[in-house]
Amino acid sequence: MTSAIPARTTTASPAEAGPSLEAGNGNGNRTKAGRAPKQYSDRTRAERRLGWILAGPAFVIMLLVTLYPILQAIYESLFRFRLTAPDERAFIGLENYIVILSDPVWWSGLWTTVLITVVTVLVELVLGFALALVMHKALKSVRGLLRTAILVPYGIITVVSAFAWFYAFDINSGYVNSWFAWLPGIDENLNWFAQGPTALFVIMASEIWKTTPFISLLLLAGLAQVPDELSEAAKVDGATWWEQMRKVIIPNMKAAIMVAVLFRALDAFRIFDNVFIMTNGAYGTEVLSLLAYRQSISRLEIGLGSAVSVLLFLCVLLICFVAIKLFKVDLAGSQGGK
Amino acid sequence: MTNTSTRNKVLWAIATVLVLVYALFPVASILATSFKSPSDLTNGKFLPSSGTATTSNYEQILVGDAQGLFLSALRNSIGISLIATFIAVVLATLCAYAIARLDFPGKKLILTTALAVSIFPVISIVTPLFNLWRTIGLYDTWLGLIIPYLSLTLPISIWTLAAFFRQIPWELEQAAQVDGATTWQAFRKAIVPLALPGVFTTAIIAFFIAWNDFVYGISLTSTEAARPVPAALAFFTGASQFESPTGAISAAAIIVTIPVVLLVLLFQRQIVSGLTSGAVKG
Repeated sequence: MTSAIPARTTTASPAEAGPSLEAGNGNGNRTKAGRAPKQYSDRTRAERRLGWILAGPAFVIMLLVTLYPILQAIYESLFRFRLTAPDERAFIGLENYIVILSDPVWWSGLWTTVLITVVTVLVELVLGFALALVMHKALKSVRGLLRTAILVPYGIITVVSAFAWFYAFDINSGYVNSWFAWLPGIDENLNWFAQGPTALFVIMASEIWKTTPFISLLLLAGLAQVPDELSEAAKVDGATWWEQMRKVIIPNMKAAIMVAVLFRALDAFRIFDNVFIMTNGAYGTEVLSLLAYRQSISRLEIGLGSAVSVLLFLCVLLICFVAIKLFKVDLAGSQGGK
Repeated sequence: MTNTSTRNKVLWAIATVLVLVYALFPVASILATSFKSPSDLTNGKFLPSSGTATTSNYEQILVGDAQGLFLSALRNSIGISLIATFIAVVLATLCAYAIARLDFPGKKLILTTALAVSIFPVISIVTPLFNLWRTIGLYDTWLGLIIPYLSLTLPISIWTLAAFFRQIPWELEQAAQVDGATTWQAFRKAIVPLALPGVFTTAIIAFFIAWNDFVYGISLTSTEAARPVPAALAFFTGASQFESPTGAISAAAIIVTIPVVLLVLLFQRQIVSGLTSGAVKG
């Protein structure tokens, strides 16, 4: 079915130009020859129209709910605008951006966000790969059980995960301190959420727990695409398990790994829920999404908040750009081909 | 895998147990907390102290003081998520059908747009919407959440369904027509049974995503009129000012996790295939 499509498009496109058909009218022979392409072109045109009638609403809505707000945010970021003082609204150009970029709060937020993104993605990649291997090789009898279990963190509400981890570590309601009191640095008086590093540890743990299943399912699909014969052959040739992994399996699922990493990195970069629930940004755990939220929703500084939103959006674009240009992650490419 | 020796079996049992503990421990943890009585919360143990386990937390949110807060949030969450899922799946079905079956320019544009929307930082959309919704009266309404939820549910629905629909042998439709079925019959009898599982799976995945939302929920609502559960949990306070809401939040967390666990138990195979086919092909 796919192979027929390019052929049809190429025959139809020259016929679509109106004048060439008109010119053919003078000559009987040409009209006859032109008939077939004309019917084709009608069909093609109808198909194109139907295509956009069906796909259009979804497309328009996607643009309305994202493109419009981001344009609005760019526009509002150029104003000094507080909802509490709407009359003082004034155009100030890029001043909001200057204010933000010269504020250490932005830079510490960016640094925290990057740290969380890098650490969680790396841990999730290793953990997710291990989970994917277990699911891939698991006996039929437990495969369903494993998949069901792994989907629980995937489906659970992030806020619920945040509370679960928070209560387990919390100095009042938690049990982690008494369980791990034998470890150096942990005792019953350790307040995990009173300083940055320990708070970030729990935040990242919750984030990792909740999102590793997603990455591991992507990797599982990648694993399934590696032909069994390849690793069998390597095994016959005497390769150890580690060599099979490194030389055969991982290179063959590079595309799946890249896609998984990019998706998760972009998702981790907008982390909000876990931080909001556990520390609300205190003790140096403020992330960029929380910063934007605090400016616009809590302080009603629409101008500043919009500027933070735009900067955050630019960061995401930058990550995509780097991933696609430098690492050649092909997100949409195979869709067109298949 | 064919000659499973005893050693192998033991290793597999250990691996399975490890995965189960990994996946379920935090759920078990909050489940245990939800049965602790207020005085027992600080016992420093995983389980409630023996003999003190209580269902009072559940009573508090289902029939007690916090009932209004929790039940209205639950109603909002269910209603808003279901409507947002339904709209997204209907629109995405039409869109994915066109992408899989018809030849028209801009297919790639649509898929790329869906991808771009799905990685869009949610918070960047919230600020302008917050302002706009206040102006046009959508702030703190169901519709005011359903619209932005589409930015979460539509893209993934389009990708997942496009992947599903590409695998459908559409020739069946012609074959049925050759056998004398009308166009509608051919579509209904040959195509719908093949497409329905994909649509259903997509609906589950989209529902999970809408159900999970927090940023829109806390930013675009202010009262029980539209506040969904995750946002309500964050604003939960104890029965009195001096009582911590830990138990009530835990109980509420367990209740909103039940639908997730049920869907996962019933449809794990479909969800896995939906997540992997939609994402990895892209």
